Amino acid sequence: MYLKWKAREERYRAERTDFFAALKRLDRRSFVKIAALAGGYAAARGLAPHSFQLVDVVRAAESDKPAFRFAYISDTHLYERTLNERFVKAAMRAVEDVNALDPQPDFVLFGGDLAQLGKPGELELGKQILAELKAPVKMIVGEHDWFLDMGDKWKELFGPPQYSFDHKGVHFIVLMSVNEKDFWTARKMTPEERMQTVAGLDNALQSRFEVGAEGRAWLAKDLATVPKDRPIIVFSHSPLYKYYRPWNFWTEDAEEVQALLAPFKSVTVIHGHTHQMLTNRIKNIHFHGMLSTAWPWPYAPEGLPKLTVQMDRADPFDEADGTGHGVIDALQGGYVDAHYTLWSRNPIKVAKAYLESWGKTAVPPVPQFPSY
Amino acid sequence: MWSKKSAKVVIVAGAVIGCALVAPTLKHVHDATVKAQQPVQRAPLPRHPEVKSPDGSLVVQLCDGETAVAVAGVKEGDVLPPETARAVAHELMTRHAEQQEKQASKWSARDRLIWEREQARVVSEGDKLFHDWKALGGTIGISCDMCHPDGSNTHPETYPKFQTQLKRVATLRDMINWCIENPMKGQPLAADDARMIALEAYITARRKGVPLEPGKH
Repeated sequence: MYLKWKAREERYRAERTDFFAALKRLDRRSFVKIAALAGGYAAARGLAPHSFQLVDVVRAAESDKPAFRFAYISDTHLYERTLNERFVKAAMRAVEDVNALDPQPDFVLFGGDLAQLGKPGELELGKQILAELKAPVKMIVGEHDWFLDMGDKWKELFGPPQYSFDHKGVHFIVLMSVNEKDFWTARKMTPEERMQTVAGLDNALQSRFEVGAEGRAWLAKDLATVPKDRPIIVFSHSPLYKYYRPWNFWTEDAEEVQALLAPFKSVTVIHGHTHQMLTNRIKNIHFHGMLSTAWPWPYAPEGLPKLTVQMDRADPFDEADGTGHGVIDALQGGYVDAHYTLWSRNPIKVAKAYLESWGKTAVPPVPQFPSY
Repeated sequence: MWSKKSAKVVIVAGAVIGCALVAPTLKHVHDATVKAQQPVQRAPLPRHPEVKSPDGSLVVQLCDGETAVAVAGVKEGDVLPPETARAVAHELMTRHAEQQEKQASKWSARDRLIWEREQARVVSEGDKLFHDWKALGGTIGISCDMCHPDGSNTHPETYPKFQTQLKRVATLRDMINWCIENPMKGQPLAADDARMIALEAYITARRKGVPLEPGKH
Protein backbone atom coordinates (compact mmCIF):
# COMPACT_ATOMS: atom_id res chain seq x y z
CA MET A 1 0.00 0.00 0.00
CA TYR A 2 2.66 2.50 0.99
CA LEU A 3 4.57 1.81 -2.23
CA LYS A 4 1.52 2.98 -4.10
CA TRP A 5 1.53 6.30 -2.30
CA LYS A 6 5.20 6.76 -2.93
CA ALA A 7 4.87 5.96 -6.60
CA ARG A 8 2.09 8.49 -6.75
CA GLU A 9 4.19 11.16 -5.12
CA GLU A 10 7.14 10.49 -7.38
CA ARG A 11 4.98 10.65 -10.45
CA TYR A 12 3.69 13.94 -9.14
CA ARG A 13 7.23 15.24 -8.89
CA ALA A 14 8.10 14.12 -12.41
CA GLU A 15 4.98 15.81 -13.73
CA ARG A 16 5.77 18.93 -11.80
CA THR A 17 9.30 19.08 -13.25
CA ASP A 18 7.91 18.69 -16.78
CA PHE A 19 5.47 21.36 -15.97
CA PHE A 20 8.14 23.81 -14.85
CA ALA A 21 10.11 23.08 -18.01
CA ALA A 22 7.04 23.74 -20.14
CA LEU A 23 6.39 27.01 -18.34
CA LYS A 24 9.72 28.38 -19.49
CA ARG A 25 8.57 28.17 -23.12
CA LEU A 26 5.36 29.86 -22.25
CA ASP A 27 3.25 31.96 -24.63
CA ARG A 28 -0.46 32.65 -24.49
CA ARG A 29 -1.48 29.63 -26.58
CA SER A 30 0.69 27.08 -24.79
CA PHE A 31 -0.38 28.47 -21.40
CA VAL A 32 -3.91 27.25 -22.08
CA LYS A 33 -2.50 23.89 -23.12
CA ILE A 34 -0.39 23.55 -19.99
CA ALA A 35 -3.24 24.63 -17.76
CA ALA A 36 -5.40 21.92 -19.31
CA LEU A 37 -2.56 19.47 -18.82
CA ALA A 38 -2.30 20.36 -15.14
CA GLY A 39 -6.01 19.86 -14.68
CA GLY A 40 -5.73 16.53 -16.48
CA TYR A 41 -2.97 15.35 -14.17
CA ALA A 42 -5.03 16.18 -11.15
CA ALA A 43 -8.10 14.42 -12.47
CA ALA A 44 -6.12 11.38 -13.60
CA ARG A 45 -4.59 10.96 -10.19
CA GLY A 46 -7.94 11.29 -8.50
CA LEU A 47 -6.75 14.21 -6.44
CA ALA A 48 -8.75 17.17 -5.38
CA PRO A 49 -8.10 20.11 -7.74
CA HIS A 50 -6.55 22.22 -4.97
CA SER A 51 -3.67 19.79 -4.57
CA PHE A 52 -2.18 20.88 -7.88
CA GLN A 53 -2.81 24.55 -8.34
CA LEU A 54 -1.65 26.32 -11.43
CA VAL A 55 -1.56 29.57 -9.49
CA ASP A 56 1.05 28.20 -7.11
CA VAL A 57 3.20 27.04 -9.94
CA VAL A 58 3.11 30.33 -11.80
CA ARG A 59 3.93 32.25 -8.64
CA ALA A 60 6.68 29.91 -7.51
CA ALA A 61 9.84 31.97 -7.40
CA GLU A 62 13.16 30.64 -8.57
CA SER A 63 14.32 30.71 -4.94
CA ASP A 64 11.55 28.29 -3.96
CA LYS A 65 12.86 25.54 -6.21
CA PRO A 66 14.63 22.69 -4.46
CA ALA A 67 18.40 22.99 -4.45
CA PHE A 68 18.80 19.45 -3.12
CA ARG A 69 17.00 17.01 -0.91
CA PHE A 70 17.82 14.79 1.98
CA ALA A 71 15.75 12.05 3.58
CA TYR A 72 15.23 11.38 7.25
CA ILE A 73 14.62 8.37 9.44
CA SER A 74 14.16 8.92 13.14
CA ASP A 75 13.37 7.41 16.53
CA THR A 76 13.66 3.71 15.73
CA HIS A 77 13.89 2.78 19.45
CA LEU A 78 15.44 -0.58 18.72
CA TYR A 79 15.49 -3.32 21.26
CA GLU A 80 17.64 -6.31 20.57
CA ARG A 81 16.19 -8.38 17.78
CA THR A 82 15.39 -11.38 20.00
CA LEU A 83 13.15 -9.28 22.24
CA ASN A 84 11.33 -7.01 19.84
CA GLU A 85 11.06 -7.68 16.14
CA ARG A 86 8.44 -5.04 15.45
CA PHE A 87 10.65 -1.96 15.78
CA VAL A 88 13.44 -3.70 13.85
CA LYS A 89 11.07 -4.39 10.97
CA ALA A 90 9.87 -0.78 11.00
CA ALA A 91 13.44 0.52 10.85
CA MET A 92 14.22 -1.82 7.95
CA ARG A 93 11.09 -0.72 6.15
CA ALA A 94 12.21 2.91 6.39
CA VAL A 95 15.64 2.01 5.04
CA GLU A 96 14.07 0.15 2.11
CA ASP A 97 11.76 3.08 1.39
CA VAL A 98 14.61 5.58 1.38
CA ASN A 99 16.73 3.28 -0.79
CA ALA A 100 13.87 3.17 -3.29
CA LEU A 101 13.83 6.97 -3.71
CA ASP A 102 14.80 7.97 -7.22
CA PRO A 103 16.74 10.15 -7.47
CA GLN A 104 18.54 9.30 -4.27
CA PRO A 105 18.72 11.97 -1.55
CA ASP A 106 22.09 13.66 -1.04
CA PHE A 107 22.24 12.13 2.42
CA VAL A 108 20.01 10.58 5.07
CA LEU A 109 19.57 12.19 8.45
CA PHE A 110 19.07 9.86 11.38
CA GLY A 111 17.21 11.87 14.02
CA GLY A 112 18.27 10.10 17.24
CA ASP A 113 16.91 7.43 19.60
CA LEU A 114 18.35 4.63 17.55
CA ALA A 115 18.24 2.39 20.64
CA GLN A 116 15.53 1.97 23.28
CA LEU A 117 17.69 1.56 26.37
CA GLY A 118 21.15 2.54 25.08
CA LYS A 119 22.48 -1.02 25.18
CA PRO A 120 25.54 -1.80 23.05
CA GLY A 121 23.62 -4.57 21.25
CA GLU A 122 20.79 -2.18 20.39
CA LEU A 123 23.14 0.48 19.03
CA GLU A 124 25.12 -2.09 17.03
CA LEU A 125 21.92 -3.47 15.52
CA GLY A 126 20.94 0.07 14.56
CA LYS A 127 24.27 0.71 12.93
CA GLN A 128 23.93 -2.52 11.00
CA ILE A 129 20.46 -1.58 9.71
CA LEU A 130 21.48 1.98 8.75
CA ALA A 131 24.55 0.59 6.96
CA GLU A 132 22.12 -0.74 4.33
CA LEU A 133 21.32 2.80 3.22
CA LYS A 134 22.74 3.69 -0.18
CA ALA A 135 23.11 7.39 0.63
CA PRO A 136 25.55 8.58 3.34
CA VAL A 137 24.09 8.94 6.85
CA LYS A 138 24.29 11.87 9.27
CA MET A 139 23.65 10.90 12.87
CA ILE A 140 22.03 12.78 15.75
CA VAL A 141 22.17 11.34 19.24
CA GLY A 142 19.01 10.92 21.32
CA GLU A 143 18.55 10.48 25.04
CA HIS A 144 17.73 6.78 24.60
CA ASP A 145 21.17 6.30 23.03
CA TRP A 146 23.03 8.20 25.71
CA PHE A 147 22.08 7.70 29.35
CA LEU A 148 23.19 4.11 29.98
CA ASP A 149 26.89 4.84 29.50
CA MET A 150 26.71 8.63 28.94
CA GLY A 151 27.39 8.22 25.24
CA ASP A 152 30.49 5.99 25.28
CA LYS A 153 29.15 3.32 22.93
CA TRP A 154 27.42 5.82 20.65
CA LYS A 155 30.59 7.89 20.26
CA GLU A 156 32.58 4.74 19.55
CA LEU A 157 30.17 3.79 16.75
CA PHE A 158 29.28 7.18 15.28
CA GLY A 159 31.84 9.76 16.42
CA PRO A 160 31.33 13.04 18.25
CA PRO A 161 27.69 14.00 18.94
CA GLN A 162 28.22 17.62 17.87
CA TYR A 163 29.60 18.62 14.47
CA SER A 164 28.93 20.82 11.46
CA PHE A 165 29.42 20.60 7.71
CA ASP A 166 28.66 22.55 4.55
CA HIS A 167 26.64 21.13 1.71
CA LYS A 168 25.68 22.91 -1.54
CA GLY A 169 25.66 26.35 0.02
CA VAL A 170 23.90 25.38 3.24
CA HIS A 171 25.65 25.29 6.61
CA PHE A 172 24.52 22.26 8.61
CA ILE A 173 24.92 22.02 12.37
CA VAL A 174 24.32 18.88 14.41
CA LEU A 175 23.64 19.71 18.05
CA MET A 176 23.69 17.47 21.11
CA SER A 177 20.61 18.87 22.82
CA VAL A 178 19.66 16.09 25.26
CA ASN A 179 22.08 16.78 28.10
CA GLU A 180 20.50 16.63 31.55
CA LYS A 181 21.60 17.88 34.94
CA ASP A 182 22.65 15.10 37.31
CA PHE A 183 19.49 13.73 38.93
CA TRP A 184 20.90 10.23 39.50
CA THR A 185 23.92 10.50 41.83
CA ALA A 186 22.04 11.84 44.84
CA ARG A 187 19.37 9.18 44.32
CA LYS A 188 22.05 6.46 44.05
CA MET A 189 20.65 5.23 40.74
CA THR A 190 22.37 2.53 38.71
CA PRO A 191 23.10 3.32 35.04
CA GLU A 192 20.14 1.09 34.11
CA GLU A 193 17.81 2.99 36.44
CA ARG A 194 19.08 6.29 35.08
CA MET A 195 18.45 5.12 31.51
CA GLN A 196 15.01 3.76 32.38
CA THR A 197 14.05 7.06 34.00
CA VAL A 198 15.14 9.15 31.04
CA ALA A 199 13.40 6.71 28.68
CA GLY A 200 9.98 7.45 30.18
CA LEU A 201 8.20 10.69 29.41
CA ASP A 202 5.83 10.92 32.34
CA ASN A 203 8.07 11.12 35.36
CA ALA A 204 9.01 14.16 37.36
CA LEU A 205 12.38 12.68 38.38
CA GLN A 206 14.53 13.55 35.43
CA SER A 207 16.05 16.91 34.62
CA ARG A 208 15.12 18.84 31.44
CA PHE A 209 17.02 18.66 28.16
CA GLU A 210 19.60 21.31 27.41
CA VAL A 211 22.35 22.07 24.94
CA GLY A 212 24.35 23.29 27.93
CA ALA A 213 26.97 26.01 28.34
CA GLU A 214 29.68 23.97 26.63
CA GLY A 215 27.45 23.12 23.69
CA ARG A 216 26.38 26.73 23.26
CA ALA A 217 29.99 27.90 23.37
CA TRP A 218 30.83 25.38 20.65
CA LEU A 219 27.86 26.60 18.60
CA ALA A 220 28.85 30.26 18.96
CA LYS A 221 32.37 29.43 17.81
CA ASP A 222 31.07 27.43 14.86
CA LEU A 223 28.70 30.21 13.78
CA ALA A 224 31.38 32.91 14.03
CA THR A 225 32.76 32.12 10.57
CA VAL A 226 29.42 31.64 8.81
CA PRO A 227 28.14 34.53 6.65
CA LYS A 228 24.82 35.87 7.93
CA ASP A 229 23.03 35.30 4.62
CA ARG A 230 24.04 31.67 4.30
CA PRO A 231 21.10 29.32 4.96
CA ILE A 232 21.54 27.32 8.15
CA ILE A 233 19.93 24.00 8.96
CA VAL A 234 20.27 22.72 12.51
CA PHE A 235 19.75 19.08 13.42
CA SER A 236 18.79 18.45 17.03
CA HIS A 237 17.06 15.59 18.80
CA SER A 238 14.83 17.66 21.08
CA PRO A 239 12.83 20.57 19.68
CA LEU A 240 14.93 23.71 20.26
CA TYR A 241 12.00 25.43 21.91
CA LYS A 242 9.69 24.86 24.86
CA TYR A 243 6.66 22.79 23.97
CA TYR A 244 5.57 20.71 27.00
CA ARG A 245 7.75 20.53 30.08
CA PRO A 246 6.20 17.52 31.89
CA TRP A 247 7.09 15.23 28.97
CA ASN A 248 10.42 16.89 28.20
CA PHE A 249 9.19 18.06 24.80
CA TRP A 250 11.49 20.83 25.83
CA THR A 251 14.97 22.37 25.69
CA GLU A 252 15.71 24.30 28.83
CA ASP A 253 18.21 26.74 27.23
CA ALA A 254 16.21 27.11 24.01
CA GLU A 255 16.13 30.92 24.18
CA GLU A 256 19.92 31.13 24.44
CA VAL A 257 20.34 28.83 21.43
CA GLN A 258 17.74 30.79 19.44
CA ALA A 259 19.57 34.01 20.29
CA LEU A 260 22.77 32.62 18.77
CA LEU A 261 20.85 31.80 15.59
CA ALA A 262 18.95 35.09 15.47
CA PRO A 263 21.40 37.08 13.27
CA PHE A 264 21.06 34.64 10.37
CA LYS A 265 18.70 35.21 7.49
CA SER A 266 17.32 31.69 7.13
CA VAL A 267 17.44 29.11 9.91
CA THR A 268 15.68 25.75 9.90
CA VAL A 269 15.67 23.31 12.81
CA ILE A 270 14.87 19.68 12.07
CA HIS A 271 14.29 17.64 15.21
CA GLY A 272 13.20 14.17 16.31
CA HIS A 273 12.00 13.05 19.75
CA THR A 274 8.34 14.09 19.55
CA HIS A 275 7.25 11.31 17.14
CA GLN A 276 4.60 13.46 15.47
CA MET A 277 4.02 16.06 12.82
CA LEU A 278 5.07 19.26 14.53
CA THR A 279 5.66 22.68 13.00
CA ASN A 280 6.71 25.90 14.65
CA ARG A 281 8.13 29.26 13.70
CA ILE A 282 9.87 31.59 16.10
CA LYS A 283 10.99 34.77 14.31
CA ASN A 284 13.60 33.74 11.73
CA ILE A 285 13.64 30.06 12.75
CA HIS A 286 11.45 27.41 11.14
CA PHE A 287 11.07 24.17 13.12
CA HIS A 288 10.00 20.80 11.74
CA GLY A 289 9.54 17.64 13.83
CA MET A 290 10.30 14.24 12.32
CA LEU A 291 8.15 11.13 12.40
CA SER A 292 9.23 8.07 14.36
CA THR A 293 9.34 4.65 12.76
CA ALA A 294 8.48 2.99 16.08
CA TRP A 295 5.31 4.64 17.44
CA PRO A 296 3.55 8.02 17.45
CA TRP A 297 3.32 10.12 20.61
CA PRO A 298 0.00 11.81 21.27
CA TYR A 299 -0.02 15.60 21.17
CA ALA A 300 0.64 17.14 24.56
CA PRO A 301 -2.34 18.64 26.39
CA GLU A 302 -0.94 22.16 26.13
CA GLY A 303 1.75 24.22 24.40
CA LEU A 304 1.28 22.79 20.90
CA PRO A 305 2.71 25.31 18.38
CA LYS A 306 -0.14 26.84 16.43
CA LEU A 307 1.42 26.17 13.02
CA THR A 308 1.29 22.44 13.70
CA VAL A 309 -0.78 20.49 11.24
CA GLN A 310 -2.00 17.72 13.48
CA MET A 311 -1.82 14.12 12.43
CA ASP A 312 -5.09 12.29 12.72
CA ARG A 313 -5.33 10.27 15.92
CA ALA A 314 -3.44 7.02 15.35
CA ASP A 315 -5.59 3.99 14.60
CA PRO A 316 -4.83 1.52 17.41
CA PHE A 317 -5.57 -1.36 15.05
CA ASP A 318 -2.86 -0.35 12.58
CA GLU A 319 0.57 -0.59 14.14
CA ALA A 320 2.20 1.47 11.39
CA ASP A 321 -0.30 4.31 11.63
CA GLY A 322 1.15 7.66 12.67
CA THR A 323 4.66 6.46 11.91
CA GLY A 324 6.91 6.78 8.87
CA HIS A 325 9.86 8.76 7.57
CA GLY A 326 10.27 11.71 5.25
CA VAL A 327 12.11 13.93 2.83
CA ILE A 328 13.31 17.50 3.18
CA ASP A 329 13.72 19.75 0.14
CA ALA A 330 16.31 22.43 0.86
CA LEU A 331 15.23 25.37 -1.28
CA GLN A 332 17.58 27.59 -3.25
CA GLY A 333 16.74 30.70 -1.29
CA GLY A 334 17.02 29.01 2.11
CA TYR A 335 14.41 27.30 4.31
CA VAL A 336 12.86 23.97 3.43
CA ASP A 337 9.75 22.08 2.39
CA ALA A 338 9.16 19.12 4.70
CA HIS A 339 7.49 16.02 3.27
CA TYR A 340 6.03 13.56 5.75
CA THR A 341 5.78 10.03 4.39
CA LEU A 342 3.18 8.53 6.70
CA TRP A 343 3.03 4.81 6.15
CA SER A 344 -0.70 4.34 6.41
CA ARG A 345 -1.86 7.67 5.01
CA ASN A 346 -1.32 10.09 2.17
CA PRO A 347 1.95 12.00 2.29
CA ILE A 348 1.72 15.51 3.71
CA LYS A 349 3.84 18.47 2.71
CA VAL A 350 4.55 21.32 5.09
CA ALA A 351 5.93 23.99 2.79
CA LYS A 352 8.13 26.98 3.44
CA ALA A 353 5.28 29.15 2.17
CA TYR A 354 3.04 27.82 4.96
CA LEU A 355 5.45 28.96 7.68
CA GLU A 356 6.39 32.21 5.96
CA SER A 357 2.73 33.23 5.76
CA TRP A 358 2.10 32.16 9.38
CA GLY A 359 -0.26 29.46 8.15
CA LYS A 360 -2.29 31.58 5.74
CA THR A 361 -1.24 29.96 2.46
CA ALA A 362 -0.10 26.51 1.34
CA VAL A 363 -2.13 24.98 4.16
CA PRO A 364 -1.70 21.19 4.24
CA PRO A 365 -4.82 19.01 4.32
CA VAL A 366 -6.48 18.85 7.73
CA PRO A 367 -7.57 15.42 8.99
CA GLN A 368 -11.25 14.59 9.21
CA PHE A 369 -11.02 13.66 12.88
CA PRO A 370 -8.59 15.92 14.68
CA SER A 371 -6.44 14.51 17.45
CA TYR A 372 -7.96 14.88 20.93
CA MET B 1 -53.82 -17.74 45.35
CA TRP B 2 -52.12 -14.63 46.66
CA SER B 3 -53.76 -11.26 46.53
CA LYS B 4 -52.64 -7.89 47.80
CA LYS B 5 -55.02 -8.26 50.74
CA SER B 6 -53.85 -11.67 51.82
CA ALA B 7 -50.16 -10.78 51.61
CA LYS B 8 -48.93 -10.78 55.16
CA VAL B 9 -45.59 -9.14 55.66
CA VAL B 10 -43.80 -9.83 58.89
CA ILE B 11 -40.58 -8.22 59.94
CA VAL B 12 -38.24 -10.98 60.96
CA ALA B 13 -35.04 -9.21 61.70
CA GLY B 14 -33.54 -5.78 61.78
CA ALA B 15 -30.41 -7.72 62.55
CA VAL B 16 -27.37 -5.51 62.63
CA ILE B 17 -24.70 -7.26 60.65
CA GLY B 18 -22.32 -4.35 60.84
CA CYS B 19 -20.60 -2.19 58.29
CA ALA B 20 -18.89 -4.63 56.02
CA LEU B 21 -16.47 -2.43 54.11
CA VAL B 22 -13.85 -5.00 53.31
CA ALA B 23 -10.72 -3.71 51.61
CA PRO B 24 -10.01 -5.69 48.45
CA THR B 25 -6.54 -7.13 48.63
CA LEU B 26 -4.12 -6.30 45.86
CA LYS B 27 -0.94 -7.37 47.55
CA HIS B 28 -0.37 -9.89 44.78
CA VAL B 29 0.17 -7.20 42.18
CA HIS B 30 3.83 -6.92 43.02
CA ASP B 31 4.32 -10.67 42.80
CA ALA B 32 2.95 -10.32 39.29
CA THR B 33 6.26 -8.86 38.21
CA VAL B 34 7.76 -12.24 38.94
CA LYS B 35 4.94 -14.47 37.70
CA ALA B 36 3.97 -12.34 34.77
CA GLN B 37 1.64 -14.77 33.02
CA GLN B 38 -0.41 -15.77 36.09
CA PRO B 39 -3.82 -14.16 36.48
CA VAL B 40 -3.90 -12.02 39.59
CA GLN B 41 -6.94 -13.12 41.59
CA ARG B 42 -8.87 -10.80 43.81
CA ALA B 43 -10.33 -11.99 47.10
CA PRO B 44 -13.97 -13.07 46.56
CA LEU B 45 -16.45 -10.28 47.12
CA PRO B 46 -17.91 -10.28 50.66
CA ARG B 47 -21.52 -11.51 51.05
CA HIS B 48 -24.17 -10.77 53.60
CA PRO B 49 -24.96 -13.66 55.93
CA GLU B 50 -28.12 -15.45 54.87
CA VAL B 51 -31.11 -14.97 57.19
CA LYS B 52 -33.53 -17.90 57.73
CA SER B 53 -37.05 -17.69 59.15
CA PRO B 54 -37.92 -20.15 61.94
CA ASP B 55 -40.99 -21.51 60.10
CA GLY B 56 -39.36 -21.94 56.68
CA SER B 57 -41.07 -18.93 55.10
CA LEU B 58 -39.29 -17.15 52.28
CA VAL B 59 -36.97 -14.39 53.58
CA VAL B 60 -36.21 -11.35 51.43
CA GLN B 61 -33.12 -9.31 52.35
CA LEU B 62 -32.43 -5.68 51.55
CA CYS B 63 -29.10 -4.79 49.95
CA ASP B 64 -28.02 -3.05 53.18
CA GLY B 65 -27.50 -6.49 54.68
CA GLU B 66 -29.46 -5.49 57.75
CA THR B 67 -33.14 -5.40 56.88
CA ALA B 68 -35.05 -8.55 56.01
CA VAL B 69 -38.67 -9.71 55.91
CA ALA B 70 -40.24 -13.15 56.01
CA VAL B 71 -43.30 -13.54 53.81
CA ALA B 72 -45.94 -15.58 55.57
CA GLY B 73 -47.51 -18.23 53.42
CA VAL B 74 -44.68 -18.40 50.92
CA LYS B 75 -42.17 -21.18 51.35
CA GLU B 76 -38.47 -20.87 50.74
CA GLY B 77 -37.77 -21.72 47.11
CA ASP B 78 -41.13 -20.44 45.84
CA VAL B 79 -41.49 -17.50 43.50
CA LEU B 80 -43.33 -14.41 44.73
CA PRO B 81 -46.30 -13.31 42.64
CA PRO B 82 -45.61 -9.79 41.22
CA GLU B 83 -48.03 -7.91 43.48
CA THR B 84 -46.71 -9.57 46.62
CA ALA B 85 -43.15 -8.88 45.48
CA ARG B 86 -44.00 -5.21 45.12
CA ALA B 87 -45.62 -5.12 48.55
CA VAL B 88 -42.54 -6.77 50.10
CA ALA B 89 -40.20 -4.33 48.37
CA HIS B 90 -42.29 -1.42 49.56
CA GLU B 91 -42.22 -2.69 53.13
CA LEU B 92 -38.44 -3.16 53.01
CA MET B 93 -37.82 0.31 51.66
CA THR B 94 -40.11 1.85 54.29
CA ARG B 95 -38.21 0.10 57.10
CA HIS B 96 -34.91 1.12 55.56
CA ALA B 97 -35.98 4.76 55.34
CA GLU B 98 -37.04 4.68 59.00
CA GLN B 99 -33.61 3.46 60.02
CA GLN B 100 -31.82 6.01 57.83
CA GLU B 101 -33.75 8.84 59.50
CA LYS B 102 -32.32 7.91 62.87
CA GLN B 103 -28.68 8.49 61.88
CA ALA B 104 -27.05 11.57 60.35
CA SER B 105 -24.49 9.46 58.51
CA LYS B 106 -23.80 5.78 58.46
CA TRP B 107 -20.19 6.36 57.40
CA SER B 108 -17.50 7.31 59.83
CA ALA B 109 -14.38 9.37 59.25
CA ARG B 110 -12.52 6.08 59.28
CA ASP B 111 -14.62 4.79 56.39
CA ARG B 112 -13.83 7.91 54.43
CA LEU B 113 -10.13 7.46 55.05
CA ILE B 114 -10.32 3.86 53.87
CA TRP B 115 -12.11 4.94 50.68
CA GLU B 116 -9.52 7.53 49.85
CA ARG B 117 -6.51 5.37 50.65
CA GLU B 118 -7.78 2.32 48.84
CA GLN B 119 -8.65 4.38 45.79
CA ALA B 120 -5.24 6.04 45.76
CA ARG B 121 -3.47 2.73 46.29
CA VAL B 122 -5.19 0.98 43.40
CA VAL B 123 -4.66 3.99 41.11
CA SER B 124 -0.98 3.95 41.99
CA GLU B 125 -0.79 0.19 41.30
CA GLY B 126 -2.32 0.96 37.91
CA ASP B 127 0.29 3.66 37.35
CA LYS B 128 3.06 1.14 38.08
CA LEU B 129 1.54 -1.48 35.78
CA PHE B 130 1.24 1.16 33.07
CA HIS B 131 5.04 1.43 33.08
CA ASP B 132 5.83 -2.28 33.53
CA TRP B 133 5.39 -4.49 30.48
CA LYS B 134 6.59 -7.59 32.33
CA ALA B 135 3.93 -7.27 35.03
CA LEU B 136 1.23 -7.18 32.36
CA GLY B 137 2.62 -10.23 30.58
CA GLY B 138 4.01 -8.27 27.62
CA THR B 139 6.75 -10.01 25.66
CA ILE B 140 8.43 -7.40 23.46
CA GLY B 141 9.36 -4.56 25.78
CA ILE B 142 6.43 -2.28 24.94
CA SER B 143 4.62 -0.77 27.93
CA CYS B 144 1.40 1.26 28.01
CA ASP B 145 3.10 4.58 28.79
CA MET B 146 5.14 4.40 25.58
CA CYS B 147 2.05 5.40 23.58
CA HIS B 148 0.02 6.89 26.43
CA PRO B 149 2.22 9.07 28.66
CA ASP B 150 0.22 10.10 31.74
CA GLY B 151 -2.54 7.82 30.47
CA SER B 152 -3.16 10.29 27.64
CA ASN B 153 -5.13 9.41 24.53
CA THR B 154 -7.03 6.59 26.25
CA HIS B 155 -10.27 8.54 26.68
CA PRO B 156 -12.15 6.31 29.14
CA GLU B 157 -15.01 8.84 29.11
CA THR B 158 -15.89 7.87 25.53
CA TYR B 159 -16.53 4.17 26.25
CA PRO B 160 -18.54 2.09 25.58
CA LYS B 161 -18.35 3.09 21.92
CA PHE B 162 -18.59 1.54 18.51
CA GLN B 163 -15.20 0.41 17.26
CA THR B 164 -15.31 0.21 13.49
CA GLN B 165 -12.45 -2.28 13.46
CA LEU B 166 -14.18 -4.65 15.90
CA LYS B 167 -17.59 -4.03 14.33
CA ARG B 168 -19.19 -3.80 17.77
CA VAL B 169 -19.58 -1.57 20.76
CA ALA B 170 -16.45 -2.03 22.84
CA THR B 171 -15.67 -1.23 26.46
CA LEU B 172 -12.53 0.35 27.85
CA ARG B 173 -11.66 -3.11 29.16
CA ASP B 174 -11.86 -4.55 25.64
CA MET B 175 -9.42 -1.92 24.46
CA ILE B 176 -7.02 -2.47 27.35
CA ASN B 177 -6.92 -6.14 26.45
CA TRP B 178 -6.54 -5.26 22.79
CA CYS B 179 -3.39 -3.31 23.62
CA ILE B 180 -2.06 -6.09 25.85
CA GLU B 181 -2.62 -8.68 23.12
CA ASN B 182 -1.45 -6.72 20.09
CA PRO B 183 1.21 -4.04 20.58
CA MET B 184 2.42 -5.69 23.81
CA LYS B 185 2.10 -9.26 22.54
CA GLY B 186 0.75 -10.61 25.83
CA GLN B 187 -2.30 -12.56 26.99
CA PRO B 188 -5.59 -10.78 27.72
CA LEU B 189 -6.49 -10.23 31.37
CA ALA B 190 -9.66 -11.65 32.95
CA ALA B 191 -12.30 -9.02 33.69
CA ASP B 192 -11.84 -9.49 37.45
CA ASP B 193 -8.03 -9.68 37.33
CA ALA B 194 -6.71 -7.26 39.91
CA ARG B 195 -4.39 -5.78 37.30
CA MET B 196 -7.33 -4.97 35.04
CA ILE B 197 -9.11 -3.19 37.91
CA ALA B 198 -5.93 -1.24 38.69
CA LEU B 199 -5.44 -0.21 35.03
CA GLU B 200 -9.04 0.94 34.79
CA ALA B 201 -8.70 2.85 38.04
CA TYR B 202 -5.54 4.63 36.83
CA ILE B 203 -6.88 5.45 33.37
CA THR B 204 -10.19 6.82 34.62
CA ALA B 205 -8.53 8.71 37.50
CA ARG B 206 -6.43 10.57 34.92
CA ARG B 207 -9.65 11.87 33.33
CA LYS B 208 -11.39 12.90 36.52
CA GLY B 209 -13.77 15.79 35.90
CA VAL B 210 -13.97 15.26 32.13
CA PRO B 211 -17.65 14.96 31.12
CA LEU B 212 -18.83 11.50 30.13
CA GLU B 213 -19.35 11.23 26.40
CA PRO B 214 -20.02 7.57 25.70
CA GLY B 215 -19.95 6.87 21.98
CA LYS B 216 -17.78 9.86 21.04
CA HIS B 217 -15.55 9.06 18.11
